[in-house]
Amino acid sequence: MQKIEQVTGRVIPLPLDDIDTDRIIPARYLRCVTFEGLGEHAFEDDRKQDPKHPFDDTRYQGASVLVSGRNFGCGSSREHAPQALIRWGIKAVVAESFAEIFFGNCTTNGVPCVCVTADAAKQLAAAATASPQDSITVDLMALEVRFGNLKFACTMPDSARSSLTTGQWD
Amino acid sequence: MSGRQNLFNRVWDLHTVRTMASGQTQLFIGQHLIHEVTSPQAFQMLRDRGLKVMFPERTLATVDHIIPTDNQARPFFDLLAEEMMSAIEKNCQEFGVTLLNLDDDRQGIVHIVGPEQGITQPGITLACGDSHTSTHGAFGCIAFGIGTSQVADVLASQTMALGRPKVRRVGVDGKLHPGVFAKDVILHIIRKLGVQGGVGYAYEFAGSTFDAMTMEERMTVCNMSIEGGARCGYINPDQTTVDYLRDRPFSPKGAAFDRAAKWWLELASKPDAEFDHRVNLQASDIEPTVTWGINPAQSVGVNEPIGAVSTFPAEEQKGIQEALDFMELKAQQKIRGLKIDVAFIGSCTNGRISDLREAAKIAEGRKVSSHVKALVVPGSQQVQAQAEAEGLHEIFKAAGFQWREAGCSMCLAMNPDKLQGREICASSSNRNFKGRQGSPTGRTLLMSPAMVAAAAIEGAVADVRELM
Ligand code: SF4
Repeated sequence: MQKIEQVTGRVIPLPLDDIDTDRIIPARYLRCVTFEGLGEHAFEDDRKQDPKHPFDDTRYQGASVLVSGRNFGCGSSREHAPQALIRWGIKAVVAESFAEIFFGNCTTNGVPCVCVTADAAKQLAAAATASPQDSITVDLMALEVRFGNLKFACTMPDSARSSLTTGQWD
Repeated sequence: MSGRQNLFNRVWDLHTVRTMASGQTQLFIGQHLIHEVTSPQAFQMLRDRGLKVMFPERTLATVDHIIPTDNQARPFFDLLAEEMMSAIEKNCQEFGVTLLNLDDDRQGIVHIVGPEQGITQPGITLACGDSHTSTHGAFGCIAFGIGTSQVADVLASQTMALGRPKVRRVGVDGKLHPGVFAKDVILHIIRKLGVQGGVGYAYEFAGSTFDAMTMEERMTVCNMSIEGGARCGYINPDQTTVDYLRDRPFSPKGAAFDRAAKWWLELASKPDAEFDHRVNLQASDIEPTVTWGINPAQSVGVNEPIGAVSTFPAEEQKGIQEALDFMELKAQQKIRGLKIDVAFIGSCTNGRISDLREAAKIAEGRKVSSHVKALVVPGSQQVQAQAEAEGLHEIFKAAGFQWREAGCSMCLAMNPDKLQGREICASSSNRNFKGRQGSPTGRTLLMSPAMVAAAAIEGAVADVRELM
């Protein structure tokens, strides 16, 4: 039982709304009987169309906290989506809001998803873009997200929070 | 108090095993449906922990997502698809789960098969590792999509942990205009309430518009609840529900059916039932609707121009511009007349017999435009057999549509049916996300199956009412 009380790591900003699970992991990679190897295909089609996509940007390699916009993870129930992000290296997601099934799938896999205001998400993404070497802390005990001298309150449903912080998620 | 309880809360309470320390409910799942894509890892989790499927008789498997709809000879050309087929065959055999495989005439898209076999019934809880499980709510049950870890939980324990959502009554009243279908109703609702309007809610669709719908139309509506952010959507059971379920293979028989029907009808939310939120819409406001963007709320009436970016709420404008750029459309442009390359009729949203009948009425005696590749894919083998008995396949073939075997086909990109490059597809499916139909840059326009048939004939987005 691993307790997850906070996650600290560098940020990968993806300041877009309505990122759906087909974009996170294109359906052709669901043709598999294990989740192994999904990490390298995260956002593959978006990356092909945008050479400057954050997932290919050398400044964000090794980052572990994804910061995005509204309704992150909408669409299909595929657990392949959080699995691809996890295998890429993501350990927590900060966004304005989440689609429910994606949120549940992340919690089940020990990846906290916390909501911040639109303004906070924007400021965090901008700050991380300016200082990609700095780390963010997603603190589930204090329900706070901290980056440099920025500090924002975040929210997470009690049930998900307690399952992560008490180690019951697994 | 319970007299004013809505159907959702009543069925939830009836299936509550206990309230967990986290505040979530441990919910008993009456029926579990599985398919080849989201189950292999779940069975492996069971194997790793030395667990069995607790109630194999409450679990039913079928194959739909990866199967080719033209040449179904085994082994499949796609070796990854073949591996997944072998995996579900082996898993079902090892764990004692019934599999409706390709050689079983009950095979089809999981959300078409459940209702058609009478497995989906009012008052049950039903889960499946697929977000469009909301479809089954058309019968007045609690049905929702789950991830693979939860599939493993349900296989092993027939229960799962879930927070109780709030319930919003989405009222639509009045008679639909001719040429306006259930698909238009749900696209309109999503346009009005937004793609995340339903997060945290179950949607009860109620009002005279839904009362007048057939079960197949109700399934189309509930199917896309998830596209509005609501994990479940449902419609109260009524005589239409009872009549649909009579004599289905898995329905109760004889006196047991009458007893069940009585209970089903009693479950419906009463007129004074309480809800966490209500909205009301009018059927007369709904036009044949077409999506123009990259999420299902980005839609317009077929004769309406796409609004100027500035007319959208400030927080959406960036997304609207992204969608316009991807689709190569301009604000204020009309969607009508937009040239299409592919027409797809099928999917768990609109691959039922009534959908094919409506599309065939439009196709009959006409020809698919020479530059359009058009596909009709029945949602199940039963739908296919019925359509063939009615001669619908001949109508489609004579018009220049390809007539395929049952499966998910071009709804998503896991089988050989895919868009190429920048193709634009008029589609009766449910998602217009970037890349959804198999080409990362392909473009999808969602609409009713009759509208897809009209677009196939005209070679461009058309107003189906002019072909009726
Ligand atoms: S038809 Fe499409 S939405 Fe429905 S189950 Fe198949 S892939 Fe999913």
